[in-house]
Amino acid sequence: MATEFVGSISKPAVPIIDLVVSEEDRVAIAKRHRRRRTSIAIRYVFLTFLAAIILFPIYITIVNSLLTPLQIAARPPFFFPTKPTWGAYSDAWNAGHMSLYLMNSVIVTVLIVTGQIVTATCAAYAFAFLEFPLKRTLFIIFLATLMVPFEVTVITNLTTVVNLGWYNSYAGLAAPFMATGFGAFLLRQAFLGVPRDLRDAAALDGYGHWRFMVRVAVPLARPAMAALAVFSFLGAWNQYLWPLIVTKDSRYRTLQIGLRQLRATSLDQVNVTFAGVVIAALPLIILLVIFQKQLVRGLTAGAVKG
Amino acid sequence: MARVVLDHVTKRYGDVVAVNDLSLEIRDREFLVLLGPSGCGKSTALRMIAGLEDLSGGQIAIGDRVVNDVEPKDRDIAMVFQSYALYPHMTVARNIEFPLRSRKVPENERGPLVEEAARALGLSDLLDRKPAQLSGGQRQRVALARAIVRKPSVFLMDEPLSNLDAKLRVQTRAELIELQRRLDATVVYVTHDQVEAMTMGHRIAIMSDGVLQQVGPPQDVYERPANLFVARFIGAPPMNTITGTIASEGGSHILVTAGGAIALPSEVSGAARNATGLEVVLGVRPEHVRILPHDSETQFALDATVAVIESLGHERHVVCRLADEQMVIVRQTVETQRPLEGTAVRLSADPVGLHLFDAATGLRLDAPDPQLVGDGE
Repeated sequence: MATEFVGSISKPAVPIIDLVVSEEDRVAIAKRHRRRRTSIAIRYVFLTFLAAIILFPIYITIVNSLLTPLQIAARPPFFFPTKPTWGAYSDAWNAGHMSLYLMNSVIVTVLIVTGQIVTATCAAYAFAFLEFPLKRTLFIIFLATLMVPFEVTVITNLTTVVNLGWYNSYAGLAAPFMATGFGAFLLRQAFLGVPRDLRDAAALDGYGHWRFMVRVAVPLARPAMAALAVFSFLGAWNQYLWPLIVTKDSRYRTLQIGLRQLRATSLDQVNVTFAGVVIAALPLIILLVIFQKQLVRGLTAGAVKG
Repeated sequence: MARVVLDHVTKRYGDVVAVNDLSLEIRDREFLVLLGPSGCGKSTALRMIAGLEDLSGGQIAIGDRVVNDVEPKDRDIAMVFQSYALYPHMTVARNIEFPLRSRKVPENERGPLVEEAARALGLSDLLDRKPAQLSGGQRQRVALARAIVRKPSVFLMDEPLSNLDAKLRVQTRAELIELQRRLDATVVYVTHDQVEAMTMGHRIAIMSDGVLQQVGPPQDVYERPANLFVARFIGAPPMNTITGTIASEGGSHILVTAGGAIALPSEVSGAARNATGLEVVLGVRPEHVRILPHDSETQFALDATVAVIESLGHERHVVCRLADEQMVIVRQTVETQRPLEGTAVRLSADPVGLHLFDAATGLRLDAPDPQLVGDGE
């Protein structure tokens, strides 16, 4: 059979598989293809609609920041700046002290992100690689903290921060957020994906837990760490309530509070407020564009393995 | 290099005894294979030598030093894992260099050592690659290079060939033997593959359910299995085991079983005399069984039916069924006349290839040798 076939690949003497498709089958196949194409098209239309709903406020914010207050108040509204004016941005930056608030936000966010990554890495490593009494119970307690809303602990945190003498300081702004159950959970999942044999091999190679964590476990958990960094950045950057109650003057106020003040001080210049919002959102948008892959990967890794 | 001594070593996980009172000496420069089915405790024993598992009892010495409380890194051993355990984010060179860095080997000495190890395993052209860019065989060689680079006293290998395909496994097996001879190293090698054990080890230690069954050179273990477990585990196809009772006939002894009787040779008659009337298990390797025509006049042979014939090219395995459904495999050369499936035949056994085991305990009955468990030489 095989030798016969070699000589007649293009036209086999005996058709091995009957490839003749009946007219009915052809119609059925075409129908199936059409149905699949329609279903994909409907899905795309729906997703585009959702994306438009989500993006519309951002678009309007940018447009309004480029209009004059009169144009913003005009009806019908302007959906496109025919003569964009950029003055609102310089007003927001200079008169609104956005540069100071931006710097404060950057400092607090960097402190929180760094703190969360360091503490989450150490806690997650312990939960993933070390054996100690009550490990499971402790981990459940860690997870349980995810269920407690921040507002519940705000008074206790404020008392602690005041008692430590950190009221109206960067330390007071950042300290309560430098460790999270979420970070420990996310990185623990990533560390559990590191083969156990690697730990054993490193132990034989002369690497203790600390050096193994730094040289092997952390580099292998980079995607999850990037995801955690992005999440903690988002959380820290968007904080409003805590910076408001833990600071008393503009030296330590962050961007979100600055925006609130900007709105209060430029009631007649609503375009300046919009420009301030754009300035505040810009770092986040840049971050999301750069790290969107890690964000999704980190989230799905946690979801699948969790 | 150094010898390794396990002295009444036990490992318990709760109520489960993974390794039970294991005493074993691995000599200096010896290639010892720990062989057994999955879950027999062989990997646990190896991990205890490595220091990756604590002992529940007994002690382990490497060289002249008891290492029970010595950290893995201070035991002067290297281990090759089944998964190779290569660091995926590091290049081949960094992987090989990794143990040297922790030992604070000066940077100018590390390079030549890595190159030497890489050259010994044919990895010189792959030093800049990451493990994901290597084939299974290459990864395995990187794992070996990482082990040899720091010149340890003892090499521990945990099923290092089981992730390779069959062809590569045969080739790598030979390379490993050659490497051990070249390094003159003490190697403890864990496997469930009895072909690897037979071909690679100076001695084999066979384990089952955490208990050491027999230690000895491969040929000794093959020719004189200490019990039914070893008899059935070593050899492919495995040894035939036929249950029957011993009877005395005209001064000699025979094994009576379904479909006939087999004469027992004088070497086992002592044991047979003591076991007369008792149920025993006769062991006979497939190469020691002969197929006779069904009308053969031979007095001592068993009636059987040819069930299946498996041809392997250079030989064939004829699977026969006795009257009581016991199966007997016969190994034949291709020159021998091929029987027909479904036909009646008679089976005779070569007297030199008979082994007698106690049906109740599984222990070898004929001339039990105190050396069977222990030295083996």
